[in-house]
Amino acid sequence: MIPDLGKYAVEVMGAYGMSFLALVLVCFVYIRRSRSVKRALIAAEAGKGA
Amino acid sequence: MNSTSTTKRLWDAFWQLANPKVFMGWSGRWLPWLVGLTVLFLASGLIWGFFFTPDDMRQGSTVKIIYLHVPAALIAINGYLLMFVGSLVWLIRRQHVSVLAAKAAAPVGMTMTLIALGTGAIWGQPMWGTYWVWDPRLTSFLILFLFYAGYIALWAAIDDDDTAADLTSILALVGLVFALLSRYAVLFWNQGLHQGTTVTFVDGAKQENISNVFFKPLLLSMVGFGLLFLTLLLIGTRSELRARRLKVLEARERMQ
Amino acid sequence: MIQLFTRDIGLAVRSGGGFGLALIFFLIVVVLIPFALGPDQSTLALVAPGVLWLGALLACLLSLDRIFGLDYEDGSLDLLATSPLPLESVYIAKAAAHWLTTGLPLALAAPLLGILLNLSFESGKVLCFSLLLGTPALSLIGAFGATLTLGVKRGGLLLSLLVLPLYVPTLIFGAQAVHSASLGQTFDIPLVLILAISLGAAAILPFASGVALRVNLR
Repeated sequence: MIPDLGKYAVEVMGAYGMSFLALVLVCFVYIRRSRSVKRALIAAEAGKGA
Repeated sequence: MNSTSTTKRLWDAFWQLANPKVFMGWSGRWLPWLVGLTVLFLASGLIWGFFFTPDDMRQGSTVKIIYLHVPAALIAINGYLLMFVGSLVWLIRRQHVSVLAAKAAAPVGMTMTLIALGTGAIWGQPMWGTYWVWDPRLTSFLILFLFYAGYIALWAAIDDDDTAADLTSILALVGLVFALLSRYAVLFWNQGLHQGTTVTFVDGAKQENISNVFFKPLLLSMVGFGLLFLTLLLIGTRSELRARRLKVLEARERMQ
Repeated sequence: MIQLFTRDIGLAVRSGGGFGLALIFFLIVVVLIPFALGPDQSTLALVAPGVLWLGALLACLLSLDRIFGLDYEDGSLDLLATSPLPLESVYIAKAAAHWLTTGLPLALAAPLLGILLNLSFESGKVLCFSLLLGTPALSLIGAFGATLTLGVKRGGLLLSLLVLPLYVPTLIFGAQAVHSASLGQTFDIPLVLILAISLGAAAILPFASGVALRVNLR
């Protein structure tokens, strides 16, 4: 499935792997923050309304 | 002159986004679409590039790294430009959406800079025999990374939000001037040591890629990265706006 | 403004004012380099320009948070802010004082320390000159960084992080000038560029620093 990368297989896979990891990580960080802030805000606004 | 031009209307509509409520509404509506488009372009660009492009004569399969390196580098630079604009607008108009967008852009920009650095170094290794070379472009990106790190660190170090916004904005403005200066300096420095060196091989690779075979997936990937940046920017700005509102509510509660 | 200038110099020179600190640090760096790199004369001569410039730069970095920090802590900065003297002038006076007590001594001492690294006499002259042109930039940029991190507790590390990328162009040109001189090549372009950076910094940074000071003293 993975094309024959020849002698540079390690480099190319390394580059793709590292980039993939970095992108997933940064998405994770942003989304997690988004969720926690959203939760906290909803809680605060509910408390305020009560 | 009784009909406003489309440009003016678009301009005015854009500035409506300075209102946090308008921004949240607009970004909330468009975000799902953005995510979809991001996945579409990123996946198509990278899959096409990785699986369905030939190897380069000189560089072998490492040319495939271009689909990561070039888009990441592009976003790294544009991210900083956005931070600059956002900071400028904050200092002039004191619009929170603007400066919080700048703040939200920084971590993505920094990650993109790292990706550009990492892929650049890995790409260079087979050609140059070492993981790090003080190539003008790579060195400029290292300096850019330091700028991002400083900006983020300054935001984190200051308690008062508005003060932090002011100071980081000043940093971003001065930083841009020095970033441009550094770019020139590094070019000068590298050329000074290696008089008459041909363009770095990244440029060489770019020059080779006039053929569509390489260019189309690259284009898709660049759009994909751009959309990813935009998506994360919106998510991040929404978080920052919410966090700010949260702080206001908490402050009010403490006063009661 | 002159009074502020002389006062700061006086403070720096008094014992505990950190006057000799930069010079001593510079000396330490230069002395340690041969231990780290080996005593081979040609190697030392090769790295001398860069090392000396780097040493001077790092020595400058050390004393940066003193520029505003002490006055901020004891409230004198607030007093200065209420005086008729504009904050931009406060910045300039303090940056100038820093240069006079740190940058200038470093520039003058550098050729002497260069002897330890097998730096030729001719190169030593260029080193001194390049530092004379460049250390004002370092003081100006450093003082600007100090205005940003004013309110941050123990902000020394943050200050270094912020200032470092801003220092890079000056370092590149400075080391390049001396390096070219040691090879017998022309070195006028880097020197002109260093001067340009110093002048440019003097032109824009007072305004940026003034804003930053006002923000921090709110």
